[in-house]
Amino acid sequence: MADELVNVTIDGAPVSVPKGTTIIEAAKQAGILVPHYCYHPALPVSPALCRMCLVEVEKAPKLMPACVTQVAEGQVVHVGSDKALKAREGVLELLLINHPLDCPICDQAGECELQDYVFQEGRAGTRYSEYAKRYSPVEDFGPDVLYVPNRCILCTRCVRFMEDVAEEPVLNVSERGDRAYIGISPEQRLDHPWSGNVVDLCPVGSLISKDFLHKARAWDLDKTASVCPGCSQGCNITIDTRDDVVVRIRPRPNLEVNRHFICDYGRMNYRWLNRGDRVEAPLVKDGGRHLASDWDTALDRLGQLVRGLSGSAVILASGRASTESLGLVKLMLGRLSVTAAVQVPVGDEAPLVGVPNLALRPERAPNLTGAELLGYRTDWAEALRQVTSAGLVIVLDADLSEADQGLIAAGPGVVVVLGTVWADGLRSAELVLPVTNMAEENGTYVNRDRRIQRFNQAKSQPGMARPAWWIAGEVLAGPGPSASAPSTAAEAFELLGDKWPLFAGLTYSEMGYTGRALEAGGEGVGESQRVDLGVM
Amino acid sequence: MGYPHPSHPKENPVLSKHFGDPEARSFDGWVKRGGYEALRKVLRMSPEAVVEEIKTSGLRGRGGAGFPTGLKWSLMPKADGRPHYLVCNADESEPGTFKDREIMRWTPHQLLEGCAIAAYAIGAERCYIYIRGEFTEPLKIMQQAIDEATAKGAVGANVFGSGKRIEMIIHRGAGAYICGEETAMLNSIEGKRGNPRIKPPYPAQAGVFGMPTTINNVETLAAVPHIIMRGGEWYKGLALGNPKSTGTKLISVCGHIQRPGNYEVTMGTPMKELIYEMCGGMRPGRTLKAVIPGGSSVPIMSAAEAEDCLLDYEGVVAKGSMLGSAGMIVMDDTTDMVYQIWRLARFYAHESCAQCTQCREGTAWSVRILERILTGKGKQEHFQLLLDLSDNMTGKTICVLSDSCAAPIVSGIQKFRHEFEAYIQGAREPAMAGV
Amino acid sequence: MSLTAGQGGSGAGSSGTPRGFAEHGSAHGGHGTETAPYERLFRGERLAQLEQLFTLYPTKQACLLPALWMIQEARGWISEPAIGEVAEVLGLTPAYVKGVVTFYTMYHTHPVGRHFIQVCTTTPCNICGAEDVVRALLEQTGCRELGATSPDGRFTVIEVECLGACGFATPILVDDDFIENVTPEKIAGILQRYE
Ligand SMILES: Cc1cc2nc3c(=O)[nH]c(=O)nc-3n(C[C@H](O)[C@H](O)[C@H](O)COP(=O)(O)O)c2cc1C
Ligand code: SF4
Ligand code: SF4
Ligand code: SF4
Ligand code: FES
Repeated sequence: MADELVNVTIDGAPVSVPKGTTIIEAAKQAGILVPHYCYHPALPVSPALCRMCLVEVEKAPKLMPACVTQVAEGQVVHVGSDKALKAREGVLELLLINHPLDCPICDQAGECELQDYVFQEGRAGTRYSEYAKRYSPVEDFGPDVLYVPNRCILCTRCVRFMEDVAEEPVLNVSERGDRAYIGISPEQRLDHPWSGNVVDLCPVGSLISKDFLHKARAWDLDKTASVCPGCSQGCNITIDTRDDVVVRIRPRPNLEVNRHFICDYGRMNYRWLNRGDRVEAPLVKDGGRHLASDWDTALDRLGQLVRGLSGSAVILASGRASTESLGLVKLMLGRLSVTAAVQVPVGDEAPLVGVPNLALRPERAPNLTGAELLGYRTDWAEALRQVTSAGLVIVLDADLSEADQGLIAAGPGVVVVLGTVWADGLRSAELVLPVTNMAEENGTYVNRDRRIQRFNQAKSQPGMARPAWWIAGEVLAGPGPSASAPSTAAEAFELLGDKWPLFAGLTYSEMGYTGRALEAGGEGVGESQRVDLGVM
Repeated sequence: MGYPHPSHPKENPVLSKHFGDPEARSFDGWVKRGGYEALRKVLRMSPEAVVEEIKTSGLRGRGGAGFPTGLKWSLMPKADGRPHYLVCNADESEPGTFKDREIMRWTPHQLLEGCAIAAYAIGAERCYIYIRGEFTEPLKIMQQAIDEATAKGAVGANVFGSGKRIEMIIHRGAGAYICGEETAMLNSIEGKRGNPRIKPPYPAQAGVFGMPTTINNVETLAAVPHIIMRGGEWYKGLALGNPKSTGTKLISVCGHIQRPGNYEVTMGTPMKELIYEMCGGMRPGRTLKAVIPGGSSVPIMSAAEAEDCLLDYEGVVAKGSMLGSAGMIVMDDTTDMVYQIWRLARFYAHESCAQCTQCREGTAWSVRILERILTGKGKQEHFQLLLDLSDNMTGKTICVLSDSCAAPIVSGIQKFRHEFEAYIQGAREPAMAGV
Repeated sequence: MSLTAGQGGSGAGSSGTPRGFAEHGSAHGGHGTETAPYERLFRGERLAQLEQLFTLYPTKQACLLPALWMIQEARGWISEPAIGEVAEVLGLTPAYVKGVVTFYTMYHTHPVGRHFIQVCTTTPCNICGAEDVVRALLEQTGCRELGATSPDGRFTVIEVECLGACGFATPILVDDDFIENVTPEKIAGILQRYE
């Protein structure tokens, strides 16, 4: 049934789509965008109320809403016919009569579906100039959301998201006729852990983020495809930067992982990417102090250390470290008996009820599964115990408490920090090497469903900071002008295949922008323990 | 009898025969007048046979759309194991229409009997009677009738000992014209805003609570017992105009008329006879200017069109309007057409459910343009603007409320343009101040 | 026994802030405020009555309109805490209930006068003099404008759309009393009946 194909012609282009497909989706496959407002692929069942997507269907007596009309065999659809264009121009004219047209101060400008469609298909002037526009003051809906009623086109996407996806109906359509607006009860707030999505869903600048308020103009933003570093769900995101500063995180659709959504925790979890107090040069211990040095010096020193040691080593890694960094750092210590641990902060779980298998996960470590597949363990306490007997301790950007720092500093082993920020308690470290954070490098994370997904560099690295895999790769390649060190994350990834066959043969280009599910197997599997939620 | 005026000889009182007779209100009174015989008869028939009889009669929906009732019933799925529902549309809010109110006020059991027969025919055990909230009197009378009929076993868990369960439940509206639209009504019963739904799915597939549902108007259902008793052929024979319009029709006549009220005529009766003979014509010294024949949602007819019109579905269409709910608003030469069209537009703007862009914004803008004209600030461009806007509001929305707002505006400009011109050119004093 | 809510009793409420006919704009998002602490309605007999209503519909949500009628009949209007209570007993959210309440114009979201008068002014009644009836009512009740309550708290007058009695122009609703054929001359006599 589902595979039965229906043949239709849309603006002259023939397409075959499964039975039951709506005209709007069929048109997409023919490369034609039918303008629309209330329809959103992320929301169940379009209410077909904005009437923007009206198209001409031959033999139908009226224009049909493309968002709910299903294709029929032999159907001929005109999206761009005079009749359809006129109807859409009519809708746009009506949406604009009460619209404030405050684009110059509206955060949505530049990514506004009203602006865009009016530009494409709207009338040149208004015929409403004789009347005052409807006016209602801005309302505070929740911790991060403001409602600007004047800009609202009543598409009800926000109401339906809360009702059908979050399943917590705290928004409503109030009143009727042209007095209608989006309302909230005074007893309630828009504070559901996923409520920020209404800002993305809103096609205009009616629901806006306080966090992003007047921060940047859409056209000044650089957008980078990435993966949320918030938790082990691995939601796909876009990192928006302005002048090399991360200003906003937005969901990037991935039907396998997060559909069109991200949680508010993930959305707000970006300030650390902009931290200014960064280690910017390799620091090499010289007597009682550290000297800033160049990379050659630092890498030589690290190489000597690694090669000169025998016995055991401990890696204390951040759960936000890339697969490439985790893998190569471990490979770098290949000769030693290594205890590798990944740090997994734990928080509350917050599911998005309407979407199966989507939740803010308690494990706030985006690469927990990647680390496990590479043989990292989650028993942090055990790893700290090993520190007391290890010859080498590598801290890979882990976030250490003062007590832990003290414990490491007091241990017998040499301490090497690959870090983004200076940890005072590790003053005694032999080397403190500046590494990039996830927004400053390319890499991959493996999410809890063993989906490996790429993230891309969104801002430049501070000073001389380098990805940790680069440091490890240089050490592995040995001193001198060697050609075998990886120079890109993709090359670093390819090196993992030898030791971990699970990754063998897989390439960055195959992963694309939405990732690939890994097959079963892998080094860590079987020895991995789930995180004990009570402990940390 | 007749109410508030005695029946006129040219009327054909079938449904309205007992209007004005308080004794017909009680269960016993109704039984004495032949009531509930049809229901007893139906219980001995198969549901299919009942549907066939209604099909034969040619009965068409009296709520406005004129959809064949037998056909509507036959669209309900058969023995699908799901609960079926009947919804009786007693929301009567279409300006000019007040016939369902009289049916409920005088002959509540006529309606209950019709509901029970319809429920039997479509396999429904429950019938929700949706009565508009303002109808305090019909609400009370209908509830009394249900209580009485339940006590007498005519409705309830075991209808006349047949083992059939047919329950009647009144659902009170709360002030929303749009809930008369059948799918909005379903939402309203479900405890939602009265937003019309997109179709498909049609109510027969997924109606109230997602179950197969038939919605019928009060007058449609009230006609059913008579058809069962006297036969579909009899009803079909009541057609003076077109064979596709059969039976009798209650016409609510209001406005500038000597004897306003409900008149039950055979389909195809000339409108002229209704206005000038049955209703007693215009007030002294006045002449007919316009008629809105089908409740306010249909195009306005000029006096000439009205006087030459046959009262049935086809007859009114032939004169450029629609029979609709047959609420006839009669306007004489004192009527300010622009002002009254503005008042109608205001009605639709007030009642728009706010879903569709064209309706939500278009109705309100229409009001503003008409206000502009009425305050003496009209311009020639306003004609085109009103016509463009009306075109934009027609045939493009979820339900036809939007079209209904456009209909009187477009026909008003067509037929009474000089009245608009008089305001625009300053030949007429502004009817409103300011804005 | 009548199971259907919303048919008896009149809308007696305390005097207070004006309630606008929507066209004349009640303030955006506006809702009346209650001074005394909220006393739950659905207890004892009323709760039992509501539970009876549950048996008439396959969902609890379907009892929303009847439950709101019960509130309005008992309290005269539907306050925010009342919305909260209804939401709670029906398993809905207050925001959802509020969206429904504001859709239907017969539910009062502000206190109204002891007697609530609704006058039809739609076209059929309009051409028969309904606006004169409104004017006379405003004058004789002392309500200064539509939607406002008279200083003595006795009356609130609003215009409404078609009451479905166009042949009996002009119909008015005083609380639950539907009065037909009202003319300006008859108003004094009618008002007398409502203290
Ligand atoms: C805006 C609008 C308002 C309506 N109001 C009513 C009404 O008050 N009463 C009614 O019976 N039908 C009304 N209808 C028609 C109903 O949708 C529906 O067609 C009717 O109840 C079906 O019953 P029938 O087939 O017996 O006529 C309305 C339709 C629309 C679009
Ligand atoms: S606030 Fe935005 S999403 Fe919500 S109804 Fe208005 S325009 Fe649509
Ligand atoms: S659920 Fe996890 S991965 Fe997704 S946005 Fe939230 S924190 Fe990020
Ligand atoms: S046409 Fe008007 S009343 Fe009908 S669904 Fe659309 S907005 Fe609502
Ligand atoms: S117009 Fe007044 S009751 Fe219908």
